[in-house]
Formats: sequence, C-alpha cells, structure tokens
Amino acid sequence: MNRRLKRPRRGAVTLSVGLFMMAAMLALALLAPLVCRYDPLEQDLYAFLQPPGGAHPFGTDQLGRDMFSRVAYAARTDLRIMALAEIAPFVTGLFLGMLSGYYGGWVEWLVILATDAFIAFPYYLLVIVVAFATGAGAHGIYITFMLVGWLLYARVARGATASLRESEWLQAARMMGYSDMRVIWRELFPNVLPQAVVVLMTDMAGLLAIIVTLGYLGIGVTPPTPDWGAMIAEGQNFMTTAWWLSVIPGLMVVYTGIALSFIGDGLADIWN
Amino acid sequence: MRSMARERTTQEKLRFRRWLRRALLRSALVVALITVAVFFIIRLVPGDPAVMVLGEHAASDAIEALRDRLGLNLSPGRQFARFLQNVFLRGDTGESVKYGVSSRALVFQRAPVTLLLAALSTLITLGATLLLAFLAATHRDGLFDQVIRVAPAFTQGMPVFWLGLLLILSFAVRLRWFPVGGLRPGFGGMLHSLVLPAVTISFGQIPPLVRSLRERLIEALDADYVTTLRAARVPMRTIYLRHILRNAFIPTLMLFSVNLSYLIGGTLVVEQVFAVRGIGHLLFEAISNRDFPLVQAVALYCAVFVVIVSFLADLIAHRADPRTLT
Repeated sequence: MNRRLKRPRRGAVTLSVGLFMMAAMLALALLAPLVCRYDPLEQDLYAFLQPPGGAHPFGTDQLGRDMFSRVAYAARTDLRIMALAEIAPFVTGLFLGMLSGYYGGWVEWLVILATDAFIAFPYYLLVIVVAFATGAGAHGIYITFMLVGWLLYARVARGATASLRESEWLQAARMMGYSDMRVIWRELFPNVLPQAVVVLMTDMAGLLAIIVTLGYLGIGVTPPTPDWGAMIAEGQNFMTTAWWLSVIPGLMVVYTGIALSFIGDGLADIWN
Repeated sequence: MRSMARERTTQEKLRFRRWLRRALLRSALVVALITVAVFFIIRLVPGDPAVMVLGEHAASDAIEALRDRLGLNLSPGRQFARFLQNVFLRGDTGESVKYGVSSRALVFQRAPVTLLLAALSTLITLGATLLLAFLAATHRDGLFDQVIRVAPAFTQGMPVFWLGLLLILSFAVRLRWFPVGGLRPGFGGMLHSLVLPAVTISFGQIPPLVRSLRERLIEALDADYVTTLRAARVPMRTIYLRHILRNAFIPTLMLFSVNLSYLIGGTLVVEQVFAVRGIGHLLFEAISNRDFPLVQAVALYCAVFVVIVSFLADLIAHRADPRTLT
C-alpha cells in the first residue's frame, strides 16, 4: 500500500525536473538573440581560443567566436529540426499502427514485416545513406525521418492496440453499434496515446543524437549555420589545447537527452 | 538448464518448427525488402554519378563510357533487373567506381577489423552487463542499485562519437594508455588499439541491458524454486550460477539480438572517430567519392549480416528455452 502511494510522487518529481531542464534549454534557444552578448558568427582574432570564464563564459573558438552564443544559436537549429522531424512520423506511425492493430489481417502482417525489416537494418547506416542520397542539410534529416521514423510508433501503437483489441470494453463499444472509426478515435486513441508519448520522448533524445552525428560527419546541417555536431567536429582539431570546443556542445546534447528521458520516465511512472 | 534438459514435448517441437518456418520466411523477406530499398535510395542521389566520379570537366565520351559501364543508360526497370540478377544469382554487388575492383572484395577486405571490433564490444557489453546487473540485484535499493536505475536516462541521448572523443582526450591524450587512433601492427597491437573504440560502442548499450537483466535476476531470486533449492541446502553459488543466471540470461540474449543493428551502426560511426580502417571507414570513403555501387554493397552486406546474426541469437535462445516461443 505504502509503495503504491509513493510511486506516483516519484514520477511527478522526475517529470518536474525534466520539464524544468527542458524549459531552461528552450528558453536559451528562443531567447538567444536577447541573452547573447556576441554574434555567433562574429570573429575576433585578438581573442581566439580563450578558455571559459570572464567575458566569454564558454570560451572562444579558433576564430575568436564566442562559444556561448554559438552553443545557444546551435540549440535553435538542432532543437527546431528535432521537433519538426518528429511530427509527421509520430502522427502517421500512431494511426497506421492503430489501424493495423485494430483490423489485423494482412495489413497488420505488412506493418510487422516493415518494422522488422527496418529494425534489422542498422539505423545509423540507413540514416547516413538516405542523408547522403538526399544531400546534406536539414531537409535530408526530414526526409529520412519521414521514411523510417514512423515505424517505431507504428510498432508501439500496433502492440498496444492488439492487446486491447479483444478486451471486453472494446467489444462492448462495438456491440453498442459504434462505428469502427468512433471506437478507434474515442476508445482506442486515448489509451494508446500515453505509451506513444513516452516513446516520443526517448526517440527525440535519440533523434537529437543522430542530427548531431550527421552534423559531425559533415552530412547534416551545413556550416555556417551553427550546429552542435559541426562544432564538435571543428573542435576536434584543437582537442589537446582547447578541450571546451568539443566538450561543451556535447554536454548540451547530453543535457537535452537527460531532460527528455526524465520527462519520458516521469510520464511513464505517472501513467502506469 | 536442469529443468529444461528433459525431453521436449511434441507440442514444443511443433511450436519450434512453426517459429523456424516463420523466422526463415521473415528473414528472406527482410533481405528482399532491404535489397529493393538500397537500390532505390541510392538512385535518389541528385546529379549524374558518372559526372561526379570523373569531375565536371571530363570528356563527354569518357562520361558516356562510364555511364555505359555502370548501366546508367538502361531504363530503371532494366537496371533493377540487372541488379537483382547480379546480386542473387552471382553474389555480385557491382564494381567500385573509384577503385575499379569488385565491391565485394573491398567489403571482405575491410570486414575482419570491423568484426573484431564488434566482437570485442559485444564481449565488453555482456561482461559488464552481467557484473553490474548482478551487483544491483543482490544489493537491491542500495546506492549502486539506484544509480543503475537512472543510468539509462543519462546515456540515452549521448552521441557515441562524442563519448569517443572524451575517451581519447582522457585515456589516449592525457594518460597515454591507448593510441589516439589508427591500428598498431600485430594482433596484440590491434587489440590494444581497439579497446577504446569497443568501450565507446558498448557504453550506451550497457545501461538498458543492465536494467532488463536486473529485473530478471530479481524475479528469479524471489522465485519459489530458489527457496526450494535453498531449503535443500544447495550452496548459494551453485544456485546463482546453475539456476538464476541461466534463467536470466536468455531474455538478455534476445534483447541483445534486437540491439545488434545499433551495435553495427555504432561501429560504423566510431571507426570514423578512431580512424580505424574498417567497413565504416570504407562507407564514408565511398560516400565522399560518390561511389554508389560501393555504398550499396556496404549497406547490403551489413543488413544481411544483422539479419543472419539476430536469427542465430533467437535460434539459440529458443533452443535453450522453449518457453520463449510464443
């Protein structure tokens, strides 16, 4: 009894910490033009490779550009791509998954096969190949995720729907003479959505890592648009003398990942 | 497993055969789907591959000759038919545009390093998973257990290449325990050079695996058969090794087979960070050269490898424990 009373509280704490962390990151991204004292592209060759502290809290890079401004402006780029790239896959995956789970038969079989096929395919390899094929830049990432991102949500929604398909209250709803669309929309959807949202949070953390990886490999966001991945790649040349160039942008990615994971874990705890 | 060494029932045999039939069919379809996907995705590349290889200013008859050699002058349908014919009948994935030799030879030449790296990382992953899960499960709700439970949140969004850079910075540059990149000569030198890359790949995979194995171990520790064994004065060590660990390991093995594609993907990226000249290195070389038959070959061989290994892992799990069949 005691355990049951305690559990939701722990979820609420995790969730609030995650939301607070994410809000801080979003604020930094949205308010970057207001809070940054320097232009992210402005070079100051008299103040290159300055360690963190003083006038430049995160230091400066090899061209004397302020790292704090660059990190903040990169947050705008990377978080925007992350959020936009998830919309279409989330919606299509959720609905295809629910439809296939609800109707079963060969449509369901097809969705299972497609998800299996893409799980067997090394994800990074696929993303790299598609990004290569569609050309560098944000649109490559959008296309990649339009093609493959939905499979994860389809898998989750199909599983959740299939487990509810034979439940008594769904049968009751059908017996009441409700149309399939109404059963799916009014009964199924509210039950499948929480699970999908939890998965969305973890997937966004993974997607951010992929966006940054593509930027690092030079097939993602293209310079001079600030991007954490490209910043890490540039900083790699100065690793031994100026660690902050690579370490700080990476910490931003990890921080965002932790925030999203906390939100996901907290929601999962509360909804269970 | 003692309890499972008994005769398999007819029902179990039937279920296993049904699983085998379905798994084989599914693997074959997956390979077919991937082949089609690889062919068409590569064809999305903007521009003329022949021009990209030879450069803008190449003579037009040279470009025409290369187009002919690559089969680009055929209709898309004919190209696809030729591609399928070559891949499935002759195991030929085409000739690398850049090197002018068979792409299969290039992939096979680079494969041993990548396979060694993947194997090393697998060993590290499984070893660390067993150890950490065991410690967490036996000291339930202790500080270490708490840390283990929140660890996945911290590693989930960590870019693998960035972790690699951190490890290089601390263990290669500062402490000089390992080389900064590349491979040292000899097998021992090669293993030594692959330790950091392998740890990098393993790092992100360990926490979710530990979490799942920990739950299984706790379930097993609380199970009635453990109480019975303890009542019969079977030594705890025997109980752990013979019974609990074996029962808990199979689900972890199955989870690992799901993780396999992440392992291969991680390997491709990490090779780039540590300048290891394996398949990943070959892939990025091929990408920057616009060598599309080679990109195609790498993608195809990686995918087939993943399909085969995950089939084998599932096969082992199902043979060892028929309860995993549904």
